[in-house]
Amino acid sequence: MKEIRILSPQGMLGYGYPMESLKNGLASHPHAIAVDAGSTDGGPHRLGLGVGGVSRMATKKDLKPLIIAARERRIPLIIGSAGGSGAGVRVDWTLDIVREIAGEENLSLRVALIYSDMDPEWVKAEFRRGNLSSIGSAPPLTEELINQTSVIVAQMGAEPYLEALKQEPDIIIGGRTYDPVMTAALALQNGMDPGPAYHMGKILECGALAARPATAGDGMIGILRDNHFLVRPLNGKRICTTQSVAAHTLYEKSHPALLPGPGGILDLTDCRFEQVDERTVRVTGSRFIPEKEKTVKLEGVRQAGYRSVLVAGVRDPGFIRQHRDLLKQVEDEAASYFEEVRTGQARLHFKTYGVDAVMGERETETSLPHEIGLVLEVVAETQELADSICAFTRSALMHKDYDGRVSTAGNLALPFAPPEFSAGPVFTFSIYHAVKVDDPLSLFPVKMVEIGRGE
Amino acid sequence: MATTLKDVARVIRSKNAGPFEITFDIMFASEDEYRCVKKSGRLTRETVAALYGVAVSEIVAFVWYDPALAVKFTLTRPVSSGNEGERDTYGAQQHAPLLSLEVE
Repeated sequence: MKEIRILSPQGMLGYGYPMESLKNGLASHPHAIAVDAGSTDGGPHRLGLGVGGVSRMATKKDLKPLIIAARERRIPLIIGSAGGSGAGVRVDWTLDIVREIAGEENLSLRVALIYSDMDPEWVKAEFRRGNLSSIGSAPPLTEELINQTSVIVAQMGAEPYLEALKQEPDIIIGGRTYDPVMTAALALQNGMDPGPAYHMGKILECGALAARPATAGDGMIGILRDNHFLVRPLNGKRICTTQSVAAHTLYEKSHPALLPGPGGILDLTDCRFEQVDERTVRVTGSRFIPEKEKTVKLEGVRQAGYRSVLVAGVRDPGFIRQHRDLLKQVEDEAASYFEEVRTGQARLHFKTYGVDAVMGERETETSLPHEIGLVLEVVAETQELADSICAFTRSALMHKDYDGRVSTAGNLALPFAPPEFSAGPVFTFSIYHAVKVDDPLSLFPVKMVEIGRGE
Repeated sequence: MATTLKDVARVIRSKNAGPFEITFDIMFASEDEYRCVKKSGRLTRETVAALYGVAVSEIVAFVWYDPALAVKFTLTRPVSSGNEGERDTYGAQQHAPLLSLEVE
């Protein structure tokens, strides 16, 4: 019986994990350590600005013990969606940290880098050929939108990882990657069934989020066999239950049982989740249905402008009763003062905390609170214009007269001086589309680098 | 007193499913509770659409998943994740109206 054991130390590189958990996991003799380092969840700015969701310091702190453990045992450390977005600059950022650690620990390492950046001209050409289609509820694409898009990555499947593994690297730093691949790659290389392999990857990629108590700051071990897999938390204080693992199967997916990914669909319709012991769950029945036409997912962002933010409190019951009308009136004042607001080139967004800031039009609660936290977001073509509109609107709000007003000195409690924040560029997801490809491997260049002694 | 979803479900949560959709998971601790709510007719595409004030067509999936004793539904997002006008970048706090949904 074949068996592949994969250690997932945490849900996201940089979130931290207990050293004791890593030690427990290593005692199970894993064949690889696999860790996810990115997601689109944090927002489009990561891709747009080339930043991540965790600090360099936290990434280094988490990476160091993983590199040492993997090197000692001669097992690969597989990092996917490097640096938060998987963009090339973030692959290089991760490599830089690895170099620093190699230097400090006097290690020589073979590192495979896999890039996932896509040339906008290539995307445009594929769009013209009719090879792109929206994923889920993403709006249709236009050539203008592609022109406005500043960064595009493609989400790779297993192929580039299998290519990298052939060269027996100590570490793989992958660009944007379908989350389950880091865990599944070694199993696929060994010819195992992709159904359970990808499903195990789906569970492990969030670390101990599929355990109870749940956290992304701790890990799990996955044991893949011919027709099933087992998952168990590394930390003795946590357990996996049939429900915690089943629940995680549903996590962040549109449909519970049909999970599309590069190369095919993971069909979990007939899955069974069984408790093996107090802390371990066995999963059977995961199937992978390869798609006839190969596609990869493209993720791209465009800059929508610059943002300025005002935070203010309102405590006067008279203002609170009339706040909807008053905010509308003040927005109209901004529109009559700024042409860009009139034309829609600049936009104001009020969020009224205590009333409906979290859910907006989908809010069902209609009662009014005793105080409102007011956030004004202004987006305009330049930072200066966004800041100007925000400041104008703040002073208009502060001194806005209304029926029954008694607090004639001012309507806002401003917690910060200066009251507005220049929040910088705003990005929006402009491409979230599948593109047909004949040879997915050709899109993702694999580059080997030797670092450490003798460099 | 009427039984609400909060009384019978163990997990009621929302989260992004990609930047253009928010998905909702409701999970039950026992098969009895799961079957009971599934049969009640109180938790359907239509009741969820009414609860969130959206058209039924904005519910891109509504699926009962027996292996997890769970029901999942997915709504389109009012704005894409992290875009200007965003209220909940991760979509993690859109579940609250479900808590008080009467299920029997």
